[in-house]
Amino acid sequence: MSEEKNTEWLSQRMRRRVVVTGMGAITPVGNNVHDSWSALLAGRSGIEAISHLDTEGFSVSICGAVKGFDPDGVIDKKDARKMDVFIQYGVAAAAEAMADAGLVIDDHCAHRYGVAIGSGIGGLTSIEQNHSTLLNSGPRRISPFFIPAAIVNMAAGWVSMKYNLQGPNFATSTACATGSHAIALAARTIAYGDADLMVAGGAEKGSSALGMTGFAAARALSTRNHEPEKASRPWDADRDGFVLGDGAGILVLEEYEHAVKRGARIYAELSGVGMSGDAWHMTSPPEDGRGAARAMISALEDAGLVPENVSYINAHGTSTPAGDVAETRAIHQVFGAHVARLAVSSTKSMTGHLLGAAGAVEAVFSIKSLVEGVVPPTINLDQPGEGCDLDYVPHHARKMQMDHVLSNSFGFGGTNVTLAFSRLDS
Amino acid sequence: MSTIEERVKKIVCEQLGVKEDEVTNSASFVEDLGADSLDTVELVMALEEEFETEIPDEEAEKITTVQEAIDYVVAHS
Repeated sequence: MSEEKNTEWLSQRMRRRVVVTGMGAITPVGNNVHDSWSALLAGRSGIEAISHLDTEGFSVSICGAVKGFDPDGVIDKKDARKMDVFIQYGVAAAAEAMADAGLVIDDHCAHRYGVAIGSGIGGLTSIEQNHSTLLNSGPRRISPFFIPAAIVNMAAGWVSMKYNLQGPNFATSTACATGSHAIALAARTIAYGDADLMVAGGAEKGSSALGMTGFAAARALSTRNHEPEKASRPWDADRDGFVLGDGAGILVLEEYEHAVKRGARIYAELSGVGMSGDAWHMTSPPEDGRGAARAMISALEDAGLVPENVSYINAHGTSTPAGDVAETRAIHQVFGAHVARLAVSSTKSMTGHLLGAAGAVEAVFSIKSLVEGVVPPTINLDQPGEGCDLDYVPHHARKMQMDHVLSNSFGFGGTNVTLAFSRLDS
Repeated sequence: MSTIEERVKKIVCEQLGVKEDEVTNSASFVEDLGADSLDTVELVMALEEEFETEIPDEEAEKITTVQEAIDYVVAHS
């Protein structure tokens, strides 16, 4: 059976350890890791009425927009014009992570350093603008920068150019699991020896007119337009869909010995990765959440952990009626009686759902939880819904010591990723 | 009303993100002003828009300096 095969493979491979040495984030609650984290611990929502679009006639007019973002100083003005906003978010978050990692790059090592930054949708704003231009002004007015501004892998491309990172360069695009897949596959790239360091994560600007109306048409979004800050309410009885958010999250992943040798500050080890597919439905998980469960089990096996080792799960927890119950069932299935001692929270209650960037910013938050010994809350969880019976850390952050945490990300198409992060001394 | 030369130089400044004093008549877009192939395509588009004209691709390829841009507009306006 497949489990045996997996064990055999684990015992045979020479595994290089992967650690996290830098972090960066642009989120609806802050334009860097520090501000975002502070907001989360304070239980502050980043969801507001949309002001960057005319939402006349929209069924959903709220989102988690990035506020007061100014790429000046990080991105050359001339270059910024050639980037869709999702790329700007990605480059800015990467700049924070690279500064945080304190990395010196010379020509000798540049080919061993790579980039993996994905996006769920890519440059939707640029696509809309250029399509309007095509219809209104004709084909000759399409910008030569349209395609390079819109394609999904261009955040990875720009970051490689900015920092001379000549190693593996790629993007994942697996809807809401994108950021976690990028981190997972970047870690594999290091573990397998293709690179010694990877700048990895996700970037998204989904709150364009088409993005808002498209997700609304799929009935995926909360319509609580009159109470934006209360709209994202994972596991609450009155939840009615997710809230779209924008931003980017970036980790600097590094081979353990490489990090030690250069005296880097190590936040945590990326100890395990689990991936699975539901093979079920375009947008809904199976009711028992078995695909999600298999991702969590695989991550634990990969990390050499048993369920009892895990203290906290940063859940996918999007605030959709079906998804929140399925993830809860999956956690029961994997953790059994240990759920009594397991904290589970959804930072999406405050940031909204950053789609392709969600897994990446939540990886940052999971690591912050581990390092700082505090779990961010699930806000708006006033009355747990039917079938929602875990300890979701409602309303207030909680101090607790942790050795191992998980971060879940599940996407349209039935794609699931779980990342396991561990204290280095655990 | 600005002269054609002034209007061309203003567009070059905006499109290529360079300072006014760098935009001399003899300046080459690629060699002196840091443009790449995509920048020059967009620059020509901006000139077309400003002067309400259509510059065929084979003509556009010959416009490589500020003076050549001015000359083209003068000859076709």
